This record gives sequence, C-alpha cells and structure tokens, in this order.
Amino acid sequence: MSRDLLYRSARQIAADVRTGKISAAEVARAFLDRIEATDGQLKAFITLSPIAEPPNPAGPLAGVPVVLKDNLCTRDVPTTCGSKILRDYRAPYEATVVTRLRAAGATILGKTNLDEFAMGSSTENSAFFTTRNPWDLDRVPGGSSGGSAAAVAAGQACAALGSDTGGSIRQPAALCGVVGFKPTYGRVSRYGLVAFGSSLDQIGPITRDVADAALLLQVIGGPDPLDSTSLPDPPPDYLNQIERDIRGLRIGLPKEYFGEGLDSEVRARVMEALKLLESRGATLTDVELPLTPYAIATYYIVAPSEASSNLARYDGVHYGHRTEASGSLIDLYARSRAEGFGPEVRRRIILGTFALSSDRIDAYYHRAQRVRRLIARDFERAFRLVDVIAGPTSPTAAFRIGEKAADPLSMYLCDVYTVSANLAGIPGLSVPCGFTSSDLPVGLQILGRALDDLTVLQVGRAYERETGPMTRRPPLPAPSS
Amino acid sequence: MAIDRDAVRKIAHLARLELSEAEIELYQAQLGGILDHIEKLRELNVEGVEPLAHAAALATVHREDEPRPGLSTEDALSNAPEKIGPYFVVPRILDAP
Repeated sequence: MSRDLLYRSARQIAADVRTGKISAAEVARAFLDRIEATDGQLKAFITLSPIAEPPNPAGPLAGVPVVLKDNLCTRDVPTTCGSKILRDYRAPYEATVVTRLRAAGATILGKTNLDEFAMGSSTENSAFFTTRNPWDLDRVPGGSSGGSAAAVAAGQACAALGSDTGGSIRQPAALCGVVGFKPTYGRVSRYGLVAFGSSLDQIGPITRDVADAALLLQVIGGPDPLDSTSLPDPPPDYLNQIERDIRGLRIGLPKEYFGEGLDSEVRARVMEALKLLESRGATLTDVELPLTPYAIATYYIVAPSEASSNLARYDGVHYGHRTEASGSLIDLYARSRAEGFGPEVRRRIILGTFALSSDRIDAYYHRAQRVRRLIARDFERAFRLVDVIAGPTSPTAAFRIGEKAADPLSMYLCDVYTVSANLAGIPGLSVPCGFTSSDLPVGLQILGRALDDLTVLQVGRAYERETGPMTRRPPLPAPSS
Repeated sequence: MAIDRDAVRKIAHLARLELSEAEIELYQAQLGGILDHIEKLRELNVEGVEPLAHAAALATVHREDEPRPGLSTEDALSNAPEKIGPYFVVPRILDAP
C-alpha cells in the first residue's frame, strides 16, 4: 500500500471509501501494517482493537482509521489510563465520542499511550512505557496525549482523539508536528472520558490538517443527555464554513507569551507564521494578559484538587487493582492505591488533598478559584480588542526523554501557554508552523472566544492554506511496499 | 514554603495513600518546591472577586424525572476484584458477635 494512503486526509479517505475506490478493510490493513512496522520503535499503542465489521460505508468518516487516547472508555478492549490501577479494566459502557465515531463509519484501530491519568507533558508518567517522538526517537512526543499525537504524525492513524486538561492535546500536537484542537469547554461530551479535572477536561481531535480537525469535531461535538455540562445548542457546520478570507481579522499577540523562557527558534517560527497571516490581510495587535505569570500556580491547585476528589473512586473495591495484603478496610484502600498509582498521580493527589484540607482550603483552593476568574476576565478584555489570540503552543520544541523527569515543577512549566485556555474554558488550536534547526516541529497556538471554535479553526485553516499540506515526513522506516 | 513530615503523613492518610518513609521525604521536598511557586498567588489582591468553579456558561441542567435504563448489576460488578453474589466484598469492619 502506498505511503500516500497513510498520509491522506480523513476527507479523502472517507470519500474514497464512499465511492468504492477502496474498501474500509483495505484501508485498515494498510494502517495496521504501518503500526506493525513502526510501533516497536515508536511505542504509541497500549492496545490494538479488534477490527469490527465494515463500518457505516456512507458516513462522514467512512473507513477513516482513528485511534483513541486510552482514557476514553471502550467496551471491546481495556481502558487503562496508562495506570497499573486500571491495567485490566474493561468499561461496561462506551464513551459518547467513541459511539459517535463508530456511527460515522470510523474504524477504531486501538488505544494510545498517555501519562498516567493524563497527568504529564511527555508520556514518561505512563505506567507502561514512554512513547517516542517520531521526529527524534530520543525525545518525548509531549503529553499527555503523546501516543495519539505520535501515531498521527507517524502515519499509524489518520486521526486521533485526545483529551486536554491543561494542554494535553495541543502540546503533544505541537511537539509531533500535527494539528491538535481543544474545543470550548462543553462543546464535546465528556461521558466516558475518565475524569481528571472535571471543570477543565475536554476531548478533541488530533489530525494532520485543520479541515480534518473540523470534520472530527463535527462528528463528536454537540449536546449529550449523558453529560449535563455539554452545551445545549447544536454546533455549526465547521467543515463547510472553514474556508474564510482573513482580511481584516484582528490577531492579538500577548507580550506575556513571547517573554523569558521562550526558545528563540520557536519564537522565530511563530513570528514567521504570524507575519504570513498579516501579509494576507490580518492585523497583528499587541494585547495584554497580565495574569499569565499566575496561570501555572492557579492550574496546579485547581487541577490536582479536582483530581484528588475524582481519583477517590479508586478504592480497590469496585474496580481496578486491589492489594493482596490483608488488613482493615482503610488499609485496603491505602495499599491498593499506593500499589496502583504511580509517583506523579500520588504527588497530585497529595497536592490536591493539601489544597482542599479544611485548614488550607481558603488560602489555596478558594484563592486559586478567584484568580481563575481574573484569568478568565483577562481573556474577555483582550477579546474585546481582537478576534483571536496567537502565540507559541509550547515554549520549546520536543525535549529529551529523561530531561525533566526528576523535577516535577520544570515539567509543569511546559504548560505555561496552554493552561489558561482550560481555566477560562476557551478553544485552543495548535497548528504546525515549521521546524527548528534540529528538525523538530514547532506549533502555533490560536486561542478564541468561548463558543467561537469556528473562527479559531478558520484562522488555522487560512494558515495551512497558505503553506500547503506538510510534505515533510518523520524519519521512520518506510512501509515495505 | 516548607511543609513538615507530619503534615505530609497526615495528608497521605486523608488521601488514603500508604507512603513509605522515603516517599514521605521525597514528597515533602517536592511539595515544598511546588508550593513555593504557588505562593505567587499571594501577590494578587482577590478581595471581592467571586470564585470561578467552572468555565461553562451553564445553569444547572434539569431533566424529566423518568426511569431509564442504567448500569445492570452484572455490569456494575463486572470489574469487582472480589464479589459474592450481587455484592462487593470488603474486609470485616465489625467484630463478630
């Protein structure tokens, strides 16, 4: 099967399957061969799915091979969350997004690696293994949706779903040279997404171009009676409205996103991308997001607090790992959890329990919630002056495996440009915008107003229309035939 | 901000996490570093600012109070590490009479 098929857009594959040019089974076979040839090195997958009966051959995703971050519940294979505590867990129900993908005709190829419970920026916190960056196997793919991003970049899948609590779709997309979109909070149902920070978590697509991200969002988005935080209004037709002339569009550049800590090559690529948009008629305006230096601190109270509460359900009684040791019921809880959770998850549970404990809740959790409101107001003010905000997705390109593993705070600081969107609930897109001199991809981030996912996608699309489809491929072994 | 060992031990107990002495020492040091960064939030005046718990522009959602299919007992127990009939099993919590 030609390499061309492995890098074909979801739109094209679905059209080819619908018109009978190629069958869904042939498409699936080609991608499974690619996975077989490359995943020994890449390690993107935790589990491969059994390929089901030929899916809906007339659907918008007919025959499109999609992979799922392994915190999305499926009935046919385990949902591990990259954790020992859920190693053998088989969800008794399916996530709404998975049901919608299947109904649209997608072929689910498998479940991808992640930092345990989506807590991390590199997949190094997975209990099983670290996924490699397809552009440089000694480097991380980013995280926590690192397996999904690596698989799409390497042509192991046409598209993927990830989840983004503080940047976990956008940052790995940037580090792997693919598109990652975190929709407005509530746009996509969270039913069947294993909860981490419920007020922050959002599922979104990882694809090779922005139009495919729009197509996937079209399929997975919209209200769901099983998630009462899903937005009640039906989403607009993203794909049909994605092409837009950006003349007159106002792009805000927050000076806080271009300051200390930003790698000079990342800055250069992002500025080149913004100048290109300017040359096509958009205006670049300086804006201020003065609360940016407080975003990480706010996030690392809010997210671990919600996590410590959400993860209380892993008790060794209802499902998941149970200790062999005997003792009281409290011992059973404490030992099962100690044996089942890895170091980062334990660290965040402790941090969250600390911030929520009765004598500290005002000084930590409640203060962070107040700052969260100030951060949301920062964006509201900026969006009175501009239509979108743009800057780098990540302060650096992919870092080396092990480089930040010993220092949790240095890892947390990777999220400096991404966490604010989750705190404010606004949409954020990462689009590939070139490479560093070490041949590592760089991502341009575009943030928009709450509910205005469409404009964000249109700006990303306008950029990729100008640059054309990415022709550069990761230096992995080529398919055998 | 320094945080002492006993505080880490107490939090671990509240979180139902058994930690070794070595882990308590490690988390004590790492938590201290993270909390130093978090201390930044004290620089801000948040007087009179309403806490923001949730970014969704949604009021509480209501639905009709009608029965609908839920998880079956069999499905609910399907991942239980230990079960007897329709029950989850836990260690004895009351002394035998």
